[in-house]
Amino acid sequence: MGRALINVPKTARKGEIVEIRALVSHPMETGYRPTGDGRFHPRDIINRFVVTWNGEEIFSADLFPAVSANPYFAFSAIATESGTVAFRWIDDRGGAQVETAQITVT
Amino acid sequence: MTRRGVLAAALAAALATAAAAQGDGRLSGFAFMGPDTQAMQKDDTANPGMLWVAEGEALWSQPAGQSGRSCASCHGEAAQALPGVAARYPAIDDATGEAVTLDGRINLCRQRNQQAPPLALEGRDMLSLSAFVGHRSRGMPIDPPDDPRLAPVRERGEALYRLRQGQLNFSCANCHDDNAGGRLGAAPIPQAHPTGYPIYRLEWQAVGSLQRRLRNCLTGVRAEPFAYGAPELTALEAYLASRARGMELETPAVRP
Ligand code: HEC
Ligand code: HEC
Repeated sequence: MGRALINVPKTARKGEIVEIRALVSHPMETGYRPTGDGRFHPRDIINRFVVTWNGEEIFSADLFPAVSANPYFAFSAIATESGTVAFRWIDDRGGAQVETAQITVT
Repeated sequence: MTRRGVLAAALAAALATAAAAQGDGRLSGFAFMGPDTQAMQKDDTANPGMLWVAEGEALWSQPAGQSGRSCASCHGEAAQALPGVAARYPAIDDATGEAVTLDGRINLCRQRNQQAPPLALEGRDMLSLSAFVGHRSRGMPIDPPDDPRLAPVRERGEALYRLRQGQLNFSCANCHDDNAGGRLGAAPIPQAHPTGYPIYRLEWQAVGSLQRRLRNCLTGVRAEPFAYGAPELTALEAYLASRARGMELETPAVRP
């Protein structure tokens, strides 16, 4: 539910450079924020973000506590074949989440 | 062109691109932001406020309370939901004759129409629903009701706006009328028009309501902030809406 806003063009010509964007809902708790009683809110950030196109990795990133909440990713890729672009990210709680989009390449 | 002419032309160009330049000197907070923050607001794929709008859209059709009804059961599908409604709040609730904010109105529907407990003000669900309902009025002019019952509420709001408060002894007007366009430390002082609420504020790293913004300004002058939902904040909201009549709603705006 509203975990991410994914932006992949629905269609592209073979060989075309397409822009792929993702805005991911996440607090990106740094681990450095005091709770007020001498402790700290435990760190909970997305630490890895990977994008595949029909299973083949086309983009990946390691993230660190300086990245803002609700991180935004934008990159370009060459459209080779129709199929599924899958976005997968893992946070410090160990939960992996996946969102997918379909693209038709002609 | 003279140097002054160049400056004037540059300023005119800058103002023409502002989302809510009114021609009467009133400017949305958008006009006081840097080009990066403006670009973030204008691009729905980069504006994090849209995450809350998407969550609110999902909540819209989720049944709640003993009624087993969703907002959509009575108000229709999300794509048709409540156009222009957010632009009219605060408004009078006919059942009680009291002024209510949009968040207050949503909670009245939760309680009266869904038989569900009210949502926590400033909680994720309330912010998502109000971002969704606010977004349904995006691009429309702020249109406070011509309801005589609102007049005393606005008057009270204006009196609070002009009241010096806190250890620093400043009124809202001291900053937002007398020094708008100036700076407070590094932050430009806007004219305090509620054009984009709820907003995604970069400092908060999250969406927050107009009341959160007003409470921040009150703590800024070291005054005791009014509680969420307090009649004083409703009155301030009603005054600010009348002061911004006709300005375009940008919800969800991004602010620094
Ligand atoms: C000491 C100066 C000061 C006072 C007094 C003050 N504010 Fe503000 N206010 C600011 C500044 C500075 C900002 C912008 C902060 C930023 O962008 O980080 C702001 C922002 C706002 C905004 C947000 C506008 C937008 O574009 O979203 C509103 C609304 C507002 N103030 C209303 C009020 C009200 C109502 C009061 C009185 C209860 C008040 N302020 C008192 C300095 C002040
Ligand atoms: C059982 C039907 C019902 C349900 C469910 C319901 N509402 Fe309403 N709503 C109404 C009615 C009827 C009104 C008109 C005012 C009144 O009589 O309370 C209204 C008014 C409103 C208004 C003000 C409209 C205006 O023109 O000023 C808003 C905003 C609103 N509802 C939001 C919601 C939201 C958000 C939900 C879900 C959380 C919801 N409502 C669920 C029946 C419903």
